[in-house]
Amino acid sequence: MTAMKFEYAPAPESRSTAAIASSHGLFIDGEFRPAAGGKVFKSIAPASEEVLSEVAHAGADDVHAAVEAARRAFPRWSGLPGAERAKYLFRIARLIQERSRELAVLESLDNGKPIRESRDVDLPLVAAHFFYYAGWADKLPHAGFGPDPKPLGVAGQVIPWNFPLLMLAWKIAPALATGNTVVLKPAETTPLTALRFAEICRQAALPPGVVNIVTGDGTAGAALVEHPGVDKIAFTGSTGVGRRIARTVAGTRKKLTLELGGKAANIVFDDAPLDQAVEGIVNGIFFNQGHVCCAGSRLLVQESVAEELLGALKRRMATLRVGDPLDKNTDVGAINSAAQLARIRELADAGSAEGAERWSPPCELPADGYWFPPTLFTGVTQAHRIAREEIFGPVLSVLTFRTPEEAVAKANNTPYGLSAGIWTEKGSRILWLAGQLRAGVVWSNTFNKFDPTSPFGGYQESGYGREGGRHGLGAYLDV
Amino acid sequence: MPSTAPALPLADVTVSDAALRRFLHGLPGVDAVGLESRAAALGTRSIKTTAKSYAIDLAISMIDLTTLEGSDTPGKVRSLCAKGAAPDPSDRSVPAVAAICVYSDMVREAKEALRGTGIAVASVATAFPAGRAARSVKLADTREAVAAGADEVDMVIDRGAFLSGRYLQVFEEITAVKAACGEAHLKVILENGELATYDAIRRASWLAMLAGADFIKTSTGKVAVNATPANTLLMLEAVRDFRATTGRQVGVKPAGGIRTAKDALKYLVLVNETAGDDWLDPAWFRFGASSLLNDLLMQRQKLTTGRYSGPDYVTVD
Repeated sequence: MTAMKFEYAPAPESRSTAAIASSHGLFIDGEFRPAAGGKVFKSIAPASEEVLSEVAHAGADDVHAAVEAARRAFPRWSGLPGAERAKYLFRIARLIQERSRELAVLESLDNGKPIRESRDVDLPLVAAHFFYYAGWADKLPHAGFGPDPKPLGVAGQVIPWNFPLLMLAWKIAPALATGNTVVLKPAETTPLTALRFAEICRQAALPPGVVNIVTGDGTAGAALVEHPGVDKIAFTGSTGVGRRIARTVAGTRKKLTLELGGKAANIVFDDAPLDQAVEGIVNGIFFNQGHVCCAGSRLLVQESVAEELLGALKRRMATLRVGDPLDKNTDVGAINSAAQLARIRELADAGSAEGAERWSPPCELPADGYWFPPTLFTGVTQAHRIAREEIFGPVLSVLTFRTPEEAVAKANNTPYGLSAGIWTEKGSRILWLAGQLRAGVVWSNTFNKFDPTSPFGGYQESGYGREGGRHGLGAYLDV
Repeated sequence: MPSTAPALPLADVTVSDAALRRFLHGLPGVDAVGLESRAAALGTRSIKTTAKSYAIDLAISMIDLTTLEGSDTPGKVRSLCAKGAAPDPSDRSVPAVAAICVYSDMVREAKEALRGTGIAVASVATAFPAGRAARSVKLADTREAVAAGADEVDMVIDRGAFLSGRYLQVFEEITAVKAACGEAHLKVILENGELATYDAIRRASWLAMLAGADFIKTSTGKVAVNATPANTLLMLEAVRDFRATTGRQVGVKPAGGIRTAKDALKYLVLVNETAGDDWLDPAWFRFGASSLLNDLLMQRQKLTTGRYSGPDYVTVD
């Protein structure tokens, strides 16, 4: 970036609110304990590659112990009146709010996302999810699933690294509200906030075994998915792993919901509110470094405004502040892991090799840690890999269209179908398009807006089942 | 000096009421939710230490220190002028404000009091704040102010004409006032609170700029809704886009309701991240304010001494 008149001085959020123990155990039956095999792994800060803590790596025995604990806790937990379960959930929600700064700092450290987002987006939504489902716990007979809907039993939940605590909330809050007990496996690169959440469960005096957290890599997740004592699997993550899980679960009694990848189209018409569309595009793809399954990674712009819009978008991208996730003025943080950075680089290189034109604003990236600049590809066609494959990084592919029909055809021309965005001042077009787009969520004149009352989920290879809202209860009830 | 005639690329859009309407209604719409959330997000920027110190001094130097009351007297105006020239008597490193803003009958007094300070005198005119008077009266008001020595004229647009779609009438009135200003800089007050919608504010911004405004100003400070971060952000977008189209730079002045240093810093962040460096200058961005100055001074004292002082350590004006 060129020298500016008004340079913002560093404004780092203090780490002192989120002291991190040098080692962390598994959370099983209300207690923290080392892995039976004594195995550990390290969780690092992706912005600096600093080791944050050693974390117990669950083996099959540990997963078994966790599932058994959840089984033992299930009869009593599911037998509690809904209003009693609600009290625990409300208590957890309030504790999350009280400890939100600590949790936000910890999330930004372990994940690499900017503190502005963990503080203003993730944590408020996490608390809101618990509040929302706490409210349902004593109203299940009125949720449209019959007079006395029953829980499933033990839910095995495997969550990704992009929104560690928020995905935990999406999984745990509805499961507990409906009377299930859970074993949750956080992502290998982001286990710390889940373990801090375990502390909150203890603080809330949640009965032992109702929530169990087993950390580790994919083998721990596989052990959980395969365990015969699990009644329900909920997974959020890549389509590849989702497929393997579906295969494993096929032919068993286990219920399954999958929330997988996406390649969302963000469609901008020539009558769009231009400045807000630019903000929506930026928020759609650079929010959380593009590590968002519903990211607006394909920009479909009407040819008649393409030049004007791209000019405005580039000008806006030049103001993005990339750097220290704990600096309160950072807009784009670190890529979560070396592996993810390699994947983004590979796809971006493929974009250049296949003939798309690559552009990034001038931006200085820190020397340590994993970083990728906000990147724009123009001249992208439907045949390019960067138009078809999920990059899961701050990389936007720009395509153009001429008519609304062409926009629909291009938007739907993907194996995914998680989300889409429409930008136009014409209400009738919004309604028509929303009916045409094969996407679980369609945002109009906004993007990446979440609310616990709204169901979320995908079409096709983006998975099945819905989380959030009243619909989200169905995934954890025997209906 | 910016040219007074509408710049060439858009000269044809003002040839008739119909052409002007087509142009203004062809500007991109504004999504209110999106605009407000962008303004709110920029409001979370954390401005500390060196950045804060730069921004506080810049904000002080951008103030149009204002008194626009029926009870204004020569004594009050003289005291305001003294305050504007040396805002903090205990610290001469504090910059002077940009201008003193008064009613036209107080211009001579202010001009006298500010002689040799380099501080401009701004006068409201054109039947401020309502703007409900015959055009001849508005023009006479303007000429009086300029004749008395006003360096800058803050006019109000005819909101009634604007809201009833008589854009050309508004346009012609602004050009007439601009002509009456002569060398004086013209700030055109849109009175955003009465225009009510963001679409209307964007159109009024362009209309004023096409008519030769040197500055566009949010409000009179006399209605319920005055400057807000969102409507100022929108006007900053307008001046940015207007310069990109015509090559002519126009200034922005939020006025009314900006009382704290914290708020002022948020506006400077809006300038910084929307219009950019070129507008971070008293020649291109002003705050219409009265009580803001003392809060900026208290924050400045806190930065230099490390202690909060309190209202007794800044002067009342």
